[in-house]
Amino acid sequence: MSDETPSSSMNISRRSLLAGAASIPLLAAFNSVASAQGLPTAVVNTTGLAVTDTTVKVGILHSVTGTMAISETGSVQAEKLAIEQINATGGILGRKIEVIQEDGGSDWPTFAEKAKKLLVEDKVASVFGCWTSASRKAVLPVFEQYNGMLYYPTFYEGLEESPNVIYTGQEATQQILAGIDWVVKEKGAKSFYLLGSDYIWPRTSNKIARKHIEKKGLEVVGEEYYPLGHTQFNSVINKIKLKKPDVIYAIIVGGSNVAFYKQLKAAGIDMTKEKPLLLTISVTEDEILGIGGENMVGAYASMKYFQSLPNDNNKAFVAAFKKMWGDNIVIGDVTQAAYLGPWLWKAAVEKAGSFDIDKVRTASPGIELTTAPEGYVKIHENHHLWSKTRIGHARADGQYDLVYETKDLMEPNPFPEGYQ
Amino acid sequence: MIGDYTYSEFFSILAMQGFAGLILFSVFVLMALGLAIIFGQMGVINMAHGEFMILGAYVTYLCSTLVTTYLPAFFPYYFFLAMALAFVASFSLGVLVEWVLIRHLYRRPLDTLLATWGLSLVLQQFYRSVFGAREVGVTLPDWMMGSVSVSETIEVPLNGLFVMALTMIIALGVYFIMYRSSWGKRVRAVVQNRVMAGAVGINTKMVDRMTFGLGCGIAGIAGSAFTMIGSTGPTAGQLYIVDTFLVVVFGGAGSLIGTIASAFTISQAQSTMEFFLSGSMAKVLTLLTVVGILMLRPQGLFSLNIRR
Amino acid sequence: MPAAGFLFSKKEWLYFTILAALLLVVMPLAVDVFRLNLIGKYLTYAFVAIGLVLLWGGGGILSLGQGIFFGLGGYCMAMFLKLEASTPAATKIQSTPGIPDFMDWNQITALPSWWQPFYSLTFTIVAIILVPSFFAFVIGAAMFKRRVGGVYFAIITQAVAAILTILIIGQQGYTGGVNGITDLRTLHGWDIRTDSAKLILYFVNALLLIGVLLLAQSVRISKFGRLLIAMRDREDRVRFSGYDVANFKIFIFCLAAAISAIGGAMFTLQVGFMSPSFVGIVPSIEMVIFAAVGGRLSLFGAIYGALLVNAAKTTFSESFPELWLFAMGGLFIAVVMAFPFGLAGVVKDHVEPFFAKALARFSKPSPEPQPQAAE
Repeated sequence: MSDETPSSSMNISRRSLLAGAASIPLLAAFNSVASAQGLPTAVVNTTGLAVTDTTVKVGILHSVTGTMAISETGSVQAEKLAIEQINATGGILGRKIEVIQEDGGSDWPTFAEKAKKLLVEDKVASVFGCWTSASRKAVLPVFEQYNGMLYYPTFYEGLEESPNVIYTGQEATQQILAGIDWVVKEKGAKSFYLLGSDYIWPRTSNKIARKHIEKKGLEVVGEEYYPLGHTQFNSVINKIKLKKPDVIYAIIVGGSNVAFYKQLKAAGIDMTKEKPLLLTISVTEDEILGIGGENMVGAYASMKYFQSLPNDNNKAFVAAFKKMWGDNIVIGDVTQAAYLGPWLWKAAVEKAGSFDIDKVRTASPGIELTTAPEGYVKIHENHHLWSKTRIGHARADGQYDLVYETKDLMEPNPFPEGYQ
Repeated sequence: MIGDYTYSEFFSILAMQGFAGLILFSVFVLMALGLAIIFGQMGVINMAHGEFMILGAYVTYLCSTLVTTYLPAFFPYYFFLAMALAFVASFSLGVLVEWVLIRHLYRRPLDTLLATWGLSLVLQQFYRSVFGAREVGVTLPDWMMGSVSVSETIEVPLNGLFVMALTMIIALGVYFIMYRSSWGKRVRAVVQNRVMAGAVGINTKMVDRMTFGLGCGIAGIAGSAFTMIGSTGPTAGQLYIVDTFLVVVFGGAGSLIGTIASAFTISQAQSTMEFFLSGSMAKVLTLLTVVGILMLRPQGLFSLNIRR
Repeated sequence: MPAAGFLFSKKEWLYFTILAALLLVVMPLAVDVFRLNLIGKYLTYAFVAIGLVLLWGGGGILSLGQGIFFGLGGYCMAMFLKLEASTPAATKIQSTPGIPDFMDWNQITALPSWWQPFYSLTFTIVAIILVPSFFAFVIGAAMFKRRVGGVYFAIITQAVAAILTILIIGQQGYTGGVNGITDLRTLHGWDIRTDSAKLILYFVNALLLIGVLLLAQSVRISKFGRLLIAMRDREDRVRFSGYDVANFKIFIFCLAAAISAIGGAMFTLQVGFMSPSFVGIVPSIEMVIFAAVGGRLSLFGAIYGALLVNAAKTTFSESFPELWLFAMGGLFIAVVMAFPFGLAGVVKDHVEPFFAKALARFSKPSPEPQPQAAE
C-alpha cells in the first residue's frame, strides 16, 4: 500500500535527482529538498529506527584492520563518497545521512557483534558493508533476526538470497558465463586450467565454470586450490606448462595473487602472447596495485566494472572519487559496487516514502539506477542486480582496456539449475 | 610412456620440478637462516621475524620508488643497494629491539615469544599507518624478470636463479662469520657457556646484541629478495612464520647445517607433493610429515648438546 | 589440605565471592542483553585461559595451540546444531534436502557417516569433552613421552593448529570451509537467538565457568597440583623421585584441552556459529595473552584477563579502529616486561598491602597473615 503513495511529482523529482546526482548536484539538491518537505518522522519511520526530522543514521561495517583491510578500504571510501554526495544533494527525504562506522577487524564474530550493535543499539536504517563471504555468512542471521538491511558489494559465489540483503556485486554465473563464452568464441579456446584459492568462492565459481565448459564439449585439463596466503606457485606453473591449456582460469585472492603473477611471468609465460591466455575474475585494479601492472599486462578479466569505462557517469564518478581520496587511488569492481549501495538505498527509500525496513524491501525490486558508473543497473526480484558483464584487457599501467561487453544485462541467478 | 606423459615430457617434469624444489629450498633457507641464528644460538623466539622481513621489503619498495623518481639511470642496479639498505634497516631495528626488549627476557624464553608477538602487532600497524593497508608493488629491473630457455619445455626463471645465488652467498657469509671469524668464536663460546665466556673477557651483552641484529638483518635481506616472488603488505610477514619455525625446529636448533638440511627436505617434499596432489593437501601432508617426524625425533635432524 | 579452609583460603573465598557476585548479579543487572551476550562470549575465552593457567602457570607447558581444542569443542556443538537446523522442511530448496546447506553447495548428496552421531545431544556433549581430550592425548603422549618441552612444544602445537585450519578450510564440503558452520538456530527446539535464550545461556556459561574454576582449584591444591609445580620448577628432581613426569603432563594437557572445549561449545551456543578462524595460530596466541594479562599463576586472573582484554579490544576498535593494534601490541609487551604476573601480580603487590594497611588502621588487632596459596 504505502509504496504506491508517492505522488507523481515526487517520482519525477526522484528521477531527475538520480539522473543529475553525479553531474549537476545543485539542481538535484533543489529538487530533493522541495520534495522532502512535509514528511514527518512519525510517518517515515514507524519502527523506531534512528531517524530524526533532520538526520538518518546508517552503518558502515568493513574491516579497517587485519588482513582484509587491504581489500575493504576501497569499499569504505566509495560508500563515504556516495553518502557525502547524497548529503550534498539534500539527503534522503530531507534528512542528512549520519554514518556510524564499525571495524570488523577481519574477524567474523566481530562482524556479527558489530552488526548487532549497529542494529540493536544504534538502530541504523541501513548498513553498507562486509566483503568476504565468511563475514556475510556471519552477519546474515543477525540481519534476519533483527530485520536490518545490508548492502553487500562483493562479487560472490551466489547460493544465497536473503530478504535482508541487497547484493550490489555480481553473483558467480553473471561473472563467469559470459567471460567463458567470450574466450571460446573470440579466442577459440578449447582447454582450460582452473586455479583458485582454497575457499568457497573460487571453488563454487570453478564448479560453475567447469559445468559451462563441459557443456560446450570443451576440456578442463586441471583444477587446483591453494591455501589462502600461499606464496609458492612454481609447481603448479610447471603443471600448466606441461598440460598446455588454452586458458588459465585463475581465481586467486589476496597476497597469493602477487606471488602467482610474478612467478608466472618469471617462468616465461608471457600473457601478452595469449598462449596460454589468462582469464581471471578476482584481479581488479586494486589488486594490480600490489601485483604491479608490468606483471599483469596481457591478462583478461571478466567482471562488471573497470575504472577506464568511457561513459560520462563513470568519468564523473572517477573524478569525484579522486578529488575526495587522492589522485593516486584506483577504483576496482567492488569499489564501484559499494558506491551503488547508498544510491540504491536512497532510491528505495524515496520510492517507499519511508525508512521502514519492510517498506524499503518491498520497494527495492525494480529500482533502477541510471547514474551508476557501470551504466544502468536494476534490482532483480532476487535482490541481486541486473548488470552487464565486461571483459577487460590489462595494460602495463595497471588499468584495463574494455574489449567486450554483453549486449544485454545479465540476469542474476544465484541458484543456477544444472550448475551445481 | 609414464602415465599421461612421454619420456621427454617426463624428463622435463623432473628437471623443472627439481628446479622448483631448489627455488623453494633457497626461499626456506633465506627465511630460516636469520631465525636459526637467533633461535638456535640465543634461544630467543622471535615471532616478529616475519615483520623484520617485511621491513626489508618496504625498504626495497622505497628504494625502487625513489630511484625511479630521482635517478632513473641507476634503476637496473638499484636492487643491490636496496638489499644493503634492507640489511642496515633491519639490523638497526634488531639491535634496538634487543636493547629495549629482548635483553630483559633471556631468562624467560617463552616470554620473548609473547613480547615479540606484541612487537609484530605494533610493526604491522606501523606499516599500515605509513604505507597504507594495501599491498605495494615493487617494480623490478627487466633483467631480473623473465626466464632462460634450456630446452623447448624446460625454462629456468631468472629471479629463481637470483634467489639461489643470493642464498648461497648469504649462507657462505654466515658460515664464515660464525665458524671462521673471531667474532663467530665469541658467539659460539657464549652459546656453549655464557658464564665462562664472560669470565674470559668476552662482552656477552654486545655479542647478544650483534647476534640478534645479524639475524634480523638477514631477515631484512630475505624480505628484500622476496619482493621478486611474493607480496609486500602489512600482514604478509605472518604468512612465513609457521614455515620458518618448522624449518628451524625440524633442523634441530643450534645447528645451521641442520637448518639447511631441513629446508632441503621440506622443500623437496612439498614441491614433489604439490606436483602430484592438489595444493592444499600437499601443504597439509608436508606439515603433518614434519610434525610426525618431530614427534619421533624431537631434537630435530641435527642437534647439538648444549648445556643450559 | 591447606590450613585456611576448604579448597580456597579465606582471602580467596572473598575473591571467589566477588567474582561470583560480579558474574551472576552485577553484570546481568548492569548491562543490557546485547552487552551481556558479549560478556558471555568473552567468558568462553576465560575457559581457555583457565586451562592455560593450569598448563602454563602450573605445569610450565606453553601451548600455542589451545585454539585447536576450543575449535574442536565448538565444532562438535555446531555440528549438532547445524543438523537440527537442517531439517528436510527447512532445506527443501536444496537438491538434497535434510543435509546442511554447505554440503549441498558442494554436491554432497548424503550425510557423511561421521556426522550421523551428532544427531544425538548426549553423544555431542560427550564428544565435546572426549574428542579434544583424545586429540590432546595423542599430541601429548607423542611429545611428552619423548621429553619434548618448552619452546619446541609451543612451536609444534602451533604447527598443528595451522594444519587443522588448512584441513578444515580445504574440506569445505564436510566442514563448511572458511565460512564455518553458520546459521545455527535451535537447541532441541529451543530458539537460541532470542534475548531470553541469550540470558539463560549467559547464566549457564557463567555457572559452568565457576564450576570449572572450582575444578581447576581442586586440581591445583591436590597432591597432583603440587607435583606439577615441582615439575615446572625442577623437572629432573621429580623424575628422579620416581614419578612418571610425562603422564602428569599428558593428563594436565588433556584437562586443559577439555576445559577449552567446553568454552568452545559455549561460544558456539552464544555466538551462533563456528569458523576455522578460532582454530588457527592467531586466536591461540591471543588466548595465551588473556592468561598472561590476568596473571599466568592465578585462576581468577585468567577470568579477569579474558574479560578485560576483550572489553578493551571492543572499546578500542569502536573508538579508534585504526589504532587498536598498537594498543594490543603495547599491552603484550607491557605485560611481559613490567607485569610478568599480570593483574593478579599487581593486586598481590599493590592492592592487597594497601587494604591490609587500611584494615590495620581501623581495627587494632592486626589480621593474621594469610598463606599465599594463590601462587
